[in-house]
Amino acid sequence: MPLQAYLVLAALVFAIGLFGVLTRRNAVGILLGIELMLNAVNINLVSFARFRADVGGLVFTMFTIAITVAEVAVGLAIIIAIFRARRTIEADHLDLLRG
Amino acid sequence: MLLGSPTLALVVLALPAASFLLIGLIRPLRRRGRGAAAVSIAAMGAALAVAVAMWQRARPVLDGPPPNPSATWSWLPADGGPMATVGVMVDGLPLAMCVLVTFISFLVQVYSYAYLHDEPAPSLGRYYAYQSLFAFSMLGLVLAPGFLQMFVFWELVGLCSYLLIGFWYDRPSAARAAVKAFWITKLGDLGFVAGIAMLWAATGTFDFWTLFGMVDAGTLAAVAGLPTIMFLIYLGAVGKSAQFPLHVWLPDAMEGPTPVSALIHAATMVTAGVYMVARAFPLFALAPDVLTLVAWVGAGTALLAATMACVEADIKRVLAYSTVSQLGYMMAAAGAGDPQASVSHLLTHGVFKALLFLGAGVVIHVFHTNDMFRMGGLFGRLPWTGVAFLVATLALAGIPPFPGFFSKEAILGAVLDGGFTGPFVLLAVTSFLTAFYMFRAVFLVFFGRPQAHADAHVPLAMDGVCRLLAAVTVIYGLVLAFRAHHGEAPAWLPWASMLVAVAGIALAWAMYQRGAIEPARLASALAPVDFMARRRYGLDALYAGLYRGVLLALSALVGWVDRYLVDGVLNVLSAASLRAGDTLRRLQTGQPQDYVYGVAFGVLLLLVWAHVGSR
Repeated sequence: MPLQAYLVLAALVFAIGLFGVLTRRNAVGILLGIELMLNAVNINLVSFARFRADVGGLVFTMFTIAITVAEVAVGLAIIIAIFRARRTIEADHLDLLRG
Repeated sequence: MLLGSPTLALVVLALPAASFLLIGLIRPLRRRGRGAAAVSIAAMGAALAVAVAMWQRARPVLDGPPPNPSATWSWLPADGGPMATVGVMVDGLPLAMCVLVTFISFLVQVYSYAYLHDEPAPSLGRYYAYQSLFAFSMLGLVLAPGFLQMFVFWELVGLCSYLLIGFWYDRPSAARAAVKAFWITKLGDLGFVAGIAMLWAATGTFDFWTLFGMVDAGTLAAVAGLPTIMFLIYLGAVGKSAQFPLHVWLPDAMEGPTPVSALIHAATMVTAGVYMVARAFPLFALAPDVLTLVAWVGAGTALLAATMACVEADIKRVLAYSTVSQLGYMMAAAGAGDPQASVSHLLTHGVFKALLFLGAGVVIHVFHTNDMFRMGGLFGRLPWTGVAFLVATLALAGIPPFPGFFSKEAILGAVLDGGFTGPFVLLAVTSFLTAFYMFRAVFLVFFGRPQAHADAHVPLAMDGVCRLLAAVTVIYGLVLAFRAHHGEAPAWLPWASMLVAVAGIALAWAMYQRGAIEPARLASALAPVDFMARRRYGLDALYAGLYRGVLLALSALVGWVDRYLVDGVLNVLSAASLRAGDTLRRLQTGQPQDYVYGVAFGVLLLLVWAHVGSR
């Protein structure tokens, strides 16, 4: 399969993730969307590493996965803290930053 | 030409300045009042002593070209040498004026100490601070070696008279009179400052001595527009010396304390205009048309003010109109080409007019009113005050051997000699009226039916000052009588002048003492004059109308522009910013997802832009 197929897949996954982030009302859903977008990046990195015979992309991917794990851990912890404080994780209700 | 010592002149100038600074800056001294009075009176006394010493030591320059009598220091540095100088100019004119100013100021300050006895201490301190500043300003004016310094002190004199006329500033009438005096004199000062500036533009100097040199060399006469310049400078004197039509502030200035009126009328304020014309006379002499105007306006003012004095019931206002009238005499003499006669009358008038006002202060102190028709019979109670007032009145009316006779005769002679028949007739009629209204005042106040409510206790300081001034008036008159030289004036003039004055006295006696002529009948016989004089020839109404119609309308217009245009622009700007901010803050929803929309859309736009741009 050509490189374009992988890139199209990555773009689709990214778009699905973005759509999730924008439309989900639940904070956990938003977090899932972010994960999808990150993984779309991973697909890009890996496919470029494969097609250009460059190990750098693979190394980056390893880092990204590790960071994603940490991010999910922190993100979920924040969501739990918000839930404890406000008894909700609906994004619509979390508008303390409103101008 | 007399030559005085510049050092002594500076000392004379420094004494009242130091007293003003002491009283003004040391708060406890000012708040205590009596201490301030002591400092001010002591400084003025010392200044008087130094001024007399300076006058005595002045040496006449007999032969050779006269040396420059001024000591100057450069001021306003510029590329081509200093633009102006400050300093003192000590020839005959300032020497005499310094003695007069310090003498009258000193006596007035002593008199005020008793007259303002009931004032609260802080007010008294303020009063003496103003008095010191007033004396300093006038001395600086008479000693000024150039127009610019003269103008600075000229304005200071105006400021001080504003402050002192409005001394009782909680009285609306006093506050209004102070503002009126300030405004009306400023009207003349506009001309003065424009004239000075134009003169500088034409000649490049403010200094009298340099200008006199240019007059002698004939270069000044070649200056284009010199009559216009001199006319503008004369306007300053019109305002300051209360000439028609800017005389209206002087009678209102009576709202100040009586000693202040004495000071303003005798020595410091109104004499400044006459002094300036005499000082700059060589320049005026190059503009004969302006001098003719000066003579006619002076004579007209003299007659106009005299008629108004005849119908006035307020003793201080009678004196005020008489001052306007006498200033008219002085100006007429200057206009007729004899500044000597004008200054001589200025000096004699200064002495006896101060006496008249201070005497009137005693009278007001006794009767607690200014209305002459509610006074009477004071001569029996206060013979010495009566004698002093009578001496001054005779001097003003022009009866020999009192000083007013000689100076007035000199003026009449000068006017006749200058070929001004019209002004001479006006001044002769004025002379008659002067004697009439002054003796009307004397008969009403000192003779006639005694009033019961009089309080005949007069403080020693007030009485003493009056007696001293009366003695000085008599001595001054005798000195003039011995020195009098009947030069150009025709032999009949002194007799005619005396006869006219006696006729005026006789009419006043017949009307107000004997009761042979009913004042009302005479008034109805001269109905138009009486009508106009009582309404002050409509000038006050005219100024009030102008003030309301023009100045207030202009102020309203400026106020409207400020309120609606200047403020309006700012208000619209601020309202628009508020509105815009209010609209923009809606963007900050606080919803992270909205921000992500923004980011995503922004990235998309950037991509499109990069794509389009790369093509």
